[in-house]
Amino acid sequence: MSSVNRATLSKSLSVSFAVGAYGTAFGAAAVAAGFTVWQACLLSLLTFTGASQFAVIGVLGAGGTAITGIATASLLGMRNAIYSMIMKPILNLNGFKKLIATQITIDESVAVSTAEEIRGEAAMRQGFWLTGGGVYFFWNLFTLLGALGAEAIGDPSMWGLDAAVPAAFLALVWPRLKSKNDYLLALSATALALALTPIIAAGLPIIATALLAVAFAKFKAAEIE
Amino acid sequence: MIPAKVLESHLVKRINALLPIAMLSALVAVQAFATKKELGIDHRAAGLVVAGIALKLKAPFPVVVGAAALVSALIVRLN
Repeated sequence: MSSVNRATLSKSLSVSFAVGAYGTAFGAAAVAAGFTVWQACLLSLLTFTGASQFAVIGVLGAGGTAITGIATASLLGMRNAIYSMIMKPILNLNGFKKLIATQITIDESVAVSTAEEIRGEAAMRQGFWLTGGGVYFFWNLFTLLGALGAEAIGDPSMWGLDAAVPAAFLALVWPRLKSKNDYLLALSATALALALTPIIAAGLPIIATALLAVAFAKFKAAEIE
Repeated sequence: MIPAKVLESHLVKRINALLPIAMLSALVAVQAFATKKELGIDHRAAGLVVAGIALKLKAPFPVVVGAAALVSALIVRLN
């Protein structure tokens, strides 16, 4: 077995820990939305996809149906399917290992792997497995800690801590806002979602913004080209 | 499963990048300003402003969320 490149290892560990810390916010937010510690942990263990997990507790916590929650989470998670196609030729796996790899295919494991391209394919694989495994470990550990902590506090919404959830979403979208177009879409989606909230069921305004994103992709792309 | 040509298409890449932006922004708004089906400004909005400032100052994720929660809790306490 080849030795692990030190730079790859340190990058993977720091990303793993930083991202895993998000798990605290998720665990706490899940309990705040009414889920049990056990349910919060199961969500992290089985789904393991940050933005979608927050979306599920957000939609269900507000009284949305399970189908709406799943649809929201699925739309947010779609990019992971594309990541899998990107990682396939590099990892080249079958059977059980392929299943594990699929579970840990997220923004960060793919990002670190891609960044290691200059060090070669072996480093890319190491980056993927170390980051994916590392984030999985820390994310789940911190989910448990966050959920336990929130439970110990009692009803977080009674304490007014529920600003944590929109703050978490803001932190997740912030780094994705790069061009003027991105900002325009963010503002439009905000306006659309708020306008639809009094009119339709919980969660559906969010799904509507997914359609807005597709429209933006189609028409704004044409403008640039 | 999905043909490589579809996945590589410029449009799919664009959608892939824009979906989280739209949906996450909507989630920010709904989680901050909506209570069931009513819209309003409350302690959560204050927390959101603080989160925005923290993000502008390049604070790490736990600090952003923690500061927001803290400020909104203070406002609830002081009322």
